[in-house]
Amino acid sequence: MTLSMLADARHVVRRYLRLLRVQVRTATIGAMQYRADFVVRGFIALIWMGVALAPLIVVFGARQQVAGWTFAEALVVVAWFTLLKAVLEGAVSPSLTAVVEHVRNGTLDFVLLKPADAQFLVSTAKFEPWRIIDLLGALGIFVYAFRLLGRWPHPAQLLLALVFLVLATTTLYSIWILVVSAAFWVVKVDNLSYLFGSLFDAGRWPIDVFRGVFRGALRFAFTFIFPLALMTTYPAQALLGKLATSTALFALGGGVVFATVSRQVWKRALRMYTSASS
Amino acid sequence: MTLRRAIRAYPTLLRVGLSEVVAYRAEFLVWILTTNMPLVMLAIWHAVAKDGAVGRFDQKEFTAYYLAVQAVRLLTSTWVVWQMSMEIRDGTPAAKLLRPVHPLFAYSAEHLAAVPLRALVVSPIFAILYFTAGDRLAIHDPMLLAIALASLVGAWMLIFFTMVLLGALAFYMESALGLFELWLGIHAIFSGYLIPLEVLPPWIRGATRVLPFRYMLGFPVETLVGLETHASALRELAVQWGYVGFFFAVSLLVWRAGVRRFAAYGG
Repeated sequence: MTLSMLADARHVVRRYLRLLRVQVRTATIGAMQYRADFVVRGFIALIWMGVALAPLIVVFGARQQVAGWTFAEALVVVAWFTLLKAVLEGAVSPSLTAVVEHVRNGTLDFVLLKPADAQFLVSTAKFEPWRIIDLLGALGIFVYAFRLLGRWPHPAQLLLALVFLVLATTTLYSIWILVVSAAFWVVKVDNLSYLFGSLFDAGRWPIDVFRGVFRGALRFAFTFIFPLALMTTYPAQALLGKLATSTALFALGGGVVFATVSRQVWKRALRMYTSASS
Repeated sequence: MTLRRAIRAYPTLLRVGLSEVVAYRAEFLVWILTTNMPLVMLAIWHAVAKDGAVGRFDQKEFTAYYLAVQAVRLLTSTWVVWQMSMEIRDGTPAAKLLRPVHPLFAYSAEHLAAVPLRALVVSPIFAILYFTAGDRLAIHDPMLLAIALASLVGAWMLIFFTMVLLGALAFYMESALGLFELWLGIHAIFSGYLIPLEVLPPWIRGATRVLPFRYMLGFPVETLVGLETHASALRELAVQWGYVGFFFAVSLLVWRAGVRRFAAYGG
């Protein structure tokens, strides 16, 4: 790589960081117009956190351990789930839902005409700041779980968990890009996003509880096809210091594959796009 | 007079509703697939009950319970609250109010028309239910079976009227759908959707007997899988139909008052 290419790359990264800042600011200003909504939404978020915890509390009220997980350990999984849900619904799905609308109305033209990467532009178009409440809830659950466990994660485990946070977010985002790409072929995919959300809900449970279903077929599906394990169970295990090195490496590889495939599919989908407007 | 006219129009309205569902069949199927939480909960309770029953629930009972939850939920749910809040915002009721049939009557036909197709989709679940836990179902007891069927009809109406009530709130406030989300969360716990009500801690169980949520799901399911006795099932059926009447009246009143303050936006 020559020196000028390196300078070019740095220039591009700087340009996109600046663009990101502008996009986040516009989105936040837009969302802050609805302050009453912020309070209502926050309250609903709290109720749903309670709903998410209730089955866990009842299940672990009946048993000390389920599929090898204690209550405190399972809580770490729930915390990861809450964290990722906040990321998903605060930063990923609002923008990408808008893409579907763009494709249907033919307004994607305006995005494609701009002198920046279309995937970047559509992915950073919208944020929902009130999801911060979910983020705080997730942190609260983490702290409570580790107090129950009576120990705190080592710095090395924290570092690995952070790597997994990036990995999980990338995977989540990649799957969403795949879902949205479908919009270029079948146009009506709003429901697919609900389907995605409903499947993602299963991620609040450690993957091992699905061991016995259809001779492990469900666990297989949630590991390789719709990789919930990679998004909540493995990160939780990383934080608990229970993740095998081979699993970690395999998960990293899987994340990279998902990201690459989804980028390629998005590019193909864009080529399919014929402006639908009149 | 108006009622007779409306009843004469009903079969046509049903046919229109049915063809609408058939036209959007792919969406309809995807919607059906989004209801999968009972199956996830089934997997979890199976792992829990592997080494012994939880209360009255052994593995087989959990299977019967959650399959029935899945089936009843799919049979009785409607999307009328989304439809109403969207339509009220974009002014569609203006046109609907001009028709000689009450809009709520038309809504009911449209949503009732989806039930046969829902039943078709749900029938494999009932088949699995029969083969895995046939001996526990209410089908061997004509009286219980009759109560179960009546409770299904009651559950559909109760859900429909409460959803109409929530939808009609869009006349008054912008975040009616936010309220609906809140409702969904409470429903998930208090109806028996996530957890069988028997397994809940006693202090919540008391509340579930009084609140309407149980009569939308938990009660028909429990009757269907044979967890209810004749006496208690009959008593609860009365409570359920009482709730149906109550929410019918309230939703009608809220709709009527809402229409009065409705200023049709758009053309």
